[in-house]
Amino acid sequence: MSDQPASPPASAPPDSWADLRRLTNARIGLKRSGASLATGPLLDFQLAHARARDAVHAALDEAKLAGDLRLLGDVLTVSSLVEDRPTYLMRPDLGRMLSPLSEAALQERAGTFDVAFAVIDGLSPRAVETHAAPVLAQVLPALRAENWRVAPLVLLQLGRVAAGDAVATLLRAPCVVVLIGERPGLSAPDSMGAYLTWQPGPATTDAERNCISNIRPDGIGYADAAAKIAHLLRAMRDRKLSGVRLKDDSERPAALTLSRSPNC
Amino acid sequence: MYSATIGRQRHTFADLKALLAKATPLRSGDVLAGVAALSGEERVAAQIALADLPLATFLSEAVIPYEDDEVTRLIVDTHDPAAFAPIAHLTVGGFRDWLLSDEATTAALSALAGGVTPEMAAAVSKISRLQDLMVMAAKCSVVTRFRNTIGLPGRLSVRLQPNHPTDDARGIAASILDGLLLGAGDAVIGINPATDSPERAHALLSMLEEIIGKLAIPTQACVLAHITTTLALIGRDSPVDLVFQSIAGSESANKAFGIDLALLAEARAAALALKRGTLGDNVMYFETGQGSALSANAHRGVDQQTLEARAYAVARAFKPLLVNTVVGFIGPEYLFDGKQIARAGLEDHFCGKLMGVPMGVDVCYTNHAEADQDDADALLALLTASGVNFVMGVPGADDIMLDYQSTSFHDALAMRDLYGRRPAPEFEDWLARQGLMDRANRIRPGELPAPFRALLPA
Repeated sequence: MSDQPASPPASAPPDSWADLRRLTNARIGLKRSGASLATGPLLDFQLAHARARDAVHAALDEAKLAGDLRLLGDVLTVSSLVEDRPTYLMRPDLGRMLSPLSEAALQERAGTFDVAFAVIDGLSPRAVETHAAPVLAQVLPALRAENWRVAPLVLLQLGRVAAGDAVATLLRAPCVVVLIGERPGLSAPDSMGAYLTWQPGPATTDAERNCISNIRPDGIGYADAAAKIAHLLRAMRDRKLSGVRLKDDSERPAALTLSRSPNC
Repeated sequence: MYSATIGRQRHTFADLKALLAKATPLRSGDVLAGVAALSGEERVAAQIALADLPLATFLSEAVIPYEDDEVTRLIVDTHDPAAFAPIAHLTVGGFRDWLLSDEATTAALSALAGGVTPEMAAAVSKISRLQDLMVMAAKCSVVTRFRNTIGLPGRLSVRLQPNHPTDDARGIAASILDGLLLGAGDAVIGINPATDSPERAHALLSMLEEIIGKLAIPTQACVLAHITTTLALIGRDSPVDLVFQSIAGSESANKAFGIDLALLAEARAAALALKRGTLGDNVMYFETGQGSALSANAHRGVDQQTLEARAYAVARAFKPLLVNTVVGFIGPEYLFDGKQIARAGLEDHFCGKLMGVPMGVDVCYTNHAEADQDDADALLALLTASGVNFVMGVPGADDIMLDYQSTSFHDALAMRDLYGRRPAPEFEDWLARQGLMDRANRIRPGELPAPFRALLPA
């Protein structure tokens, strides 16, 4: 039942909604009974919700992801102040801070860099397990070809976006790209977000970040996401700022403008 | 210093913001902020002390200093003493009793709105049960107009929210057609763009204008871009009906959103100058939500519900068409489960309405909160019974761009049927003309009418 498109309204011809449904993954043309959802689409929804809930509570396969990232550069594995996923969900403040051991490890690797990348499990570990390496595989060569000095890749479990600020500060990189698993939705339990910040620090606000969300093959694809990240990084470096003020008339990703940024 | 003595124990509260915070029914955001009561008894002690507090106290003591915060200055400087006069002698507890009494008619409450500060509204809500919040809110009426009339008694409007993860025009149009067919869209057809690109926003606004124009729908459009993007679009003649912005209850939280009051005023003036409303000049659409200030580390030691009410003071200064509290979006660190989300939704709706704000609620939850469709059903029904101006209509309750669950076209239909609520009158007439209503005046569409399908972009 779950993988079949829902049936059209009872009174419509059988294929009336089929071509419309090809235009979007949104749940349109659902079969009704009276005003209410028919049994089929109701149970489709419940299954998708159950899968998303399962994704939120799954743990990151750190060894696998670290192995994938090592093919692209040096990898530093660090941790936040959070110890388990239930605490992670309730205490974003702890997820923004690095453990003392991690801080020391990063400080040891401080150097002369142009950009740091932090890969964080966030609310969908599967998203970064699947999408982080393919995006980085396109971004990093492009940047290196332009002589960007890229800091060691940082892999952080149970972290929030703002933990990337500390990563950049400790490595002494002027800007940071955080790749993080976004909160699972029903049709996308594995969506990744990229948050870019120029000269991040403890006083950085959400308005000073630029965000590319919904990175996955059916959303913003790998090549597109990589191009957007590289484009934003160049613009940030040219104009020495990020966030809502970094906006011109070219195709630019949204700066964070809403409370709708649950990872921060 | 405030205090209450229970038995032999004296509970003390350092200042007004501590008293309000400790009196707040439990929610995770206040625990995260470190302002929540430490025990159930301390919470009720604070509520007892709060109930005895004269309302006039709120006019002399601010939760965020006047000198530091333009939202406080707005609240103080625009307070209407004449409107406040009928309740000036009351305590918070006395105010609750009066609001529940038969003296508090719709007309009396409308006249009172300008005299109610957000902190007064928040204080009353903290000593009220859900039933009280419903009864009091249901007596408030806030009616607004742009191309139709929203908030009339017996009406329930719906924002049609046709989001798409890549802002694909045809994908968005398909969701709009589905929503229109099911009677949604009288509050606004409002798209959250996936990116903040001015080009994309312009293209989406142009498509919305074409759909609304060709089908002659008495409604308004909005692309929920940052206000600076919308202002720039107005400058280059994009068809902007409503100016959208997320707002919060402190100057520093608004700064985190990249806005201040002057920018809101500038954008409103720009939208008014377009004169695109045919029935009225309510041109602003605001979104809020408990916890937004804390998430920007801009809560100033104030509890999240009081800050939320302060956001409504920001909203009402700009005569909005719609104010939408996105109640369950922010996540379990602010509202942990369905119980906390339900209470917050009813608090927000009550506080906004009491202050004269045209409240709608995005009844929603995320997959990392302890909530599901049953929780959403319960809150939606309670809000409909409370007379909420509008709710969201999302295809199948599943927003595929923002990755959260809201309410569906079907949910809104079920509530209209269950509670006998009708769409905005101009929109209802339009639905009837499209042949989408049955003989019992229920919205019961058949096939997609040909003029609808013809609107899909190439």
